[in-house]
This record gives sequence, structure tokens and C-alpha cells, in this order.
Amino acid sequence: MSDLPLIQADRAVPPPAATTATGGRGRRLRLLSGTDRVVITLMVLVPLLLVLALVWLPAAATVLLSGTDWDGIGPLGEIDWVGLKNYDDVVNNYPPFVPAVQNNLLWLAALFVVATPIGMFLAVLLDKELRGSRFYQTALYLPVVLSLALVGFIWQLIYSRDQGLLNGVFGGDTDWYGDPNVNIWAVLVAAGWRHVGYIMLLYLAGLKGVDPSLREAAAVDGSSETSTFFRVVFPVMRPINIIVLVVTVIESLRAFDLVWVINKGRNGLELISALVTQNVVGEASRIGFGSALATIMLAVSLIFITVYLWTVMREDKR
Amino acid sequence: MTAAVSPGRRRPLRPARVVLHLFLGTIAVGWLFPLFWAVLTSFRSYQYTAVHGYVSFGGWTIDNYVTAWRTAEFGKHFLNSLYITVPAVLLTLFLASCVAFVIARFSWKLNIALLGLFTAANLLPQQALLIPLFRMFTQIPLPAWMSDSELLYDSYWGLILVNVAFQCGFCVFVLSNYMKALPHELYEAAMVDGASVWRQYWQVTLPLCRPALAALATLEVTWIYNEFFWATVLMRTGDKFPVTSSLNNLRGQFFTDNNLVSAGSVLVAIPTLVIFFLLQKQFVRGLTLGASKG
Repeated sequence: MSDLPLIQADRAVPPPAATTATGGRGRRLRLLSGTDRVVITLMVLVPLLLVLALVWLPAAATVLLSGTDWDGIGPLGEIDWVGLKNYDDVVNNYPPFVPAVQNNLLWLAALFVVATPIGMFLAVLLDKELRGSRFYQTALYLPVVLSLALVGFIWQLIYSRDQGLLNGVFGGDTDWYGDPNVNIWAVLVAAGWRHVGYIMLLYLAGLKGVDPSLREAAAVDGSSETSTFFRVVFPVMRPINIIVLVVTVIESLRAFDLVWVINKGRNGLELISALVTQNVVGEASRIGFGSALATIMLAVSLIFITVYLWTVMREDKR
Repeated sequence: MTAAVSPGRRRPLRPARVVLHLFLGTIAVGWLFPLFWAVLTSFRSYQYTAVHGYVSFGGWTIDNYVTAWRTAEFGKHFLNSLYITVPAVLLTLFLASCVAFVIARFSWKLNIALLGLFTAANLLPQQALLIPLFRMFTQIPLPAWMSDSELLYDSYWGLILVNVAFQCGFCVFVLSNYMKALPHELYEAAMVDGASVWRQYWQVTLPLCRPALAALATLEVTWIYNEFFWATVLMRTGDKFPVTSSLNNLRGQFFTDNNLVSAGSVLVAIPTLVIFFLLQKQFVRGLTLGASKG
């Protein structure tokens, strides 16, 4: 669920027939019978209504509710509009907010600066014609099929204070999941373990799509392997780079399962997603306040979703 | 995934290659280690490891699996996952292929907007939609024969619908790209034969999309099986939790016994690992569909 796959148009395929046939659109529509029109309408309308009702309507409602003081109990008619007060409370009167933003940013930085380059580097190594490449690849992306919740449990066996491998080998008594000074780093190692394989997979597919003649031309020019990669191959993979960037940002923003199974996002593991959830299903149901937090998430994600769509759709048109 | 080796290019093993293999081998073993450790721990008795520590050898047993299966009622939770995953994947693929077909087959001005609407829905952070969705689900009644909660909240139906709504976007995008690559003449021929739009979809397009549908099905089964958030917040009755979300209850029951936790984790991982090893090609293809040819 938390994976965002690489979607990219296939450049080997001629331009989609649908766009080239725009001129004949009116003619074709007239050829459709009444039944056909009903069928087409239903084929679009049913899924569309589902997505509108369960995704877009709640998204809009979240934004609206963030401006109210609704407690979630009273009738909707009694809701008072409070403007930006909830946002003011989130930023100024809510101690977990700053650590949560810091942790989300840290998450992004760790995935982006450490895990993503490692994944890319491994993809470059595995892209060489190598015996046993399949084994290495499988080992690296095996964690990708596990849920992040499960990843949290598997690493508990290593991090646990009394029964963990880490303390068993090094003799310390750090509670890696419990100590607020270290637990975010411990969790990031576990998250990175899964992210590296995923990025490796995406770049491996990207590298296979790079025209080999580019590399040969660079080699003839006497360019070293490293400089060929950075000067020729990497720039050519621009669409994939953008997609990986967006995927990483959204994964960091949506990070939730891992911290929720550990301690429900408290005590050093605050994340915005966990704070939103605590405010809804937890003891205090503060709807307007939780919605303000949620709207902040929505706004950040929509910026990157737009970049993403713009990239994939433009590839699509080429 | 492996590149075809062009003839004459395979060179004898050079020192650089040996270093590369050593490096990759070390990384690969390191990557597998946490899983290996979980499997190892799951086969050792708690009494033995409590005395000798985990960095020891011995105390082999399968009791952890027996106990974990019984106390955490894995049988029931696996069935719950099945009830949710299978209908959700089938419905997602069906609805997404409908939309994708219309987008690929006809060119309307709204196509791009439609595609954007579906794809973006897949990328929104779920937690940001939780508040209104949670309220909505607690307000929508269901007849008692559909769910004993008599609400969309705490019912399989609700979970299936929310998973479908979220996963549709991704499938619409992949399938519409795939369908656009099919030759348009197919439809012209079908229309000459007087085939209705529905028959064009069902008998011409869908059979040709089998590879894409297989890859997507593999991927979606894994994702919906792994789904944690919605089941955690939209379910209340412990008995109805799918297996991934029931993991959290397992922690309370097993809190002092990591050997049991590891046995439980291995059990939960088995279905995805089986899918992964059986359908690895489909899985990888699903993730990178469109990036490589085919």
C-alpha cells in the first residue's frame, strides 16, 4: 500500500492512437448506439463516483473542517467557523508538532540522502553483466514485499533491549525502540532497509532503458565509467529521477505503519500522520484541530503529486 | 531483468569482478540477515534463549509456531485477509480496466483530467482523509446480513471499498497506457463486425491486457494484504482484523517473548514471500510496468 510504483510511458510505442484520431472524434461518437453511450457512461461513472466519494470528498471535507471548531459530536448545524485558529493552535500550542515535522523531514533526508543513492549505486553495479545478478537483486528487493508493519516487528528482534541481537552482541543496554534519543534512527535504518531495494528496482529498470549507444559514444570519447554515468546516463534518466524524488517525498510524508506498531508515534517517534490519527481515534477527538494537521499533509502532498503528474503525463505525450 | 549477454563479451574473471562479487555478496547476505534472524529466532525455545542469550546455539523447537497460531488465532485472521483481499483486487482490476478502456479508446477532452483525478487519488496520504471518512463510515448503515456492526464502519465491505477506491488510480494509469499501445485497427475491425462497446472491451481489449492484468493482480494482492492503516482505524472488532493489522494485537499478547513475535512475523510474511517467489517476474514487472518494453 505504501509503495508508489514507477509509472512511465513506454517510449518504444508509437503515439497513442486515441490522440491522433482527434479529428475523427465527432464522427465516431455519432456511430455509437444509445446502449453504447449508456455503457460508456456507466464504465466511467461507477469508478469515478467511488473515488470521488471515498477520496476526493473526504479530502475537501478535511480542508473545510480545518476551519471549524467541531468536536465531532454535535450536529453539523452547530459548527462555528473559526478561521485559521486551528492552524495557530497546531503551530503554537501543540508540543508534538515541531518534533513531528522534524522527524518527517529527517525521514525524507535519510531516505533521500542515504537510502536513495545506495539504491541507485547498487542498481548501477547490478546493471553490469554479472553472473549471479539475479540472486543479488532478489536479496535486495525481498524486503519490498513485506509490509512496513511487519518490518517493524522483524527489526524488533534486533533492537529489543533485553532480547535483541544488537545488545546481545555488543553488550549495551540501549532500548533502541524506546529511547527517544535514538529510536528515530533505529526506525530509519529499518525503513531504509526496505526503501533501498525499491529504489534499486526502479533505477535498474531505468538503466535498462538507456540507449547503449550513448555509453559507447562516451567510451569512445575516452570518458571514464564514473563520468559517463554522471554526465550522460544520469541526465538521460531525468524522468525517473523526478519520479524517484516524488516517490521518496510522498513515502516520507505517508510514513505511518512502522511507528504506529512500535509505540503509536509517541516518545521520540512523532510523525504528522500519527498525530492526525491520534487526534481522531485516540482519547481526545479534536476534529477541527486534527483536520488542520491533515490539511497541512494534503497541501504538501498535492504539490508533489502535481509535479509527478506533470512528469508522467508529459512523458505520455511524447 | 537479466540482460542478454552479447556473444564474445563475456570476459574472464578479473580482480575487479572478484571485488564486485565480494561486495555485492556481502550486501546481499546483510540484506537477508534480518529475515534470516527472524526465522532462526522463531525456531528456538524461550527458556533456552532466556538462559543462554540469543547469541548462542541450541534450543530448537517448533512450539513457537504452535503457540503463536493458537493464541493469536492466525487461522481466523488469514481468512479475514482473504475475504478482503480477493474481492478488493478483483473489483479494483475490473473498475480500473473499465475507466482505462474508455480513456484509451475514446478521445475526449476530459480524459487527461480523469486520468489525473484517478492517479492523484492513489498518491494522497491516507491519514489526511481519515477524519471525514471515519465519520462517514460510522453514519452509513448496512443491513445486518452484510455486517454485524450494521455500519460501514467495522465491516469488510467498508474496507474493501476503501481499498478499491485507493488502488484504482494506479491501475487506471498503468492499464490506460497499456491499452493505448494496442493497435486501433482492432476496434475498427470489431466495429465492422457490429461489436458493441461492451463486447469490444470484454472480448477484444481485456484478453490482450492479460500480461498487464497479471502483473497488477500480483502487485495489488501484495499491497492490499499488506495494508495496515485502514484496517487499524476502520475496524473495531478484534476478530475481524485482517492479519497485517492483527499484528498489533499480537504485541500485547506476546510482549515479553520475542521468540513468539518472530514466529508470528514469519507466519504473516509467508503469503507474500510465496507470491514473491512464485510470481517474482510479475511482481517486478508490475512495479516497473511501462518503464521497460512490454
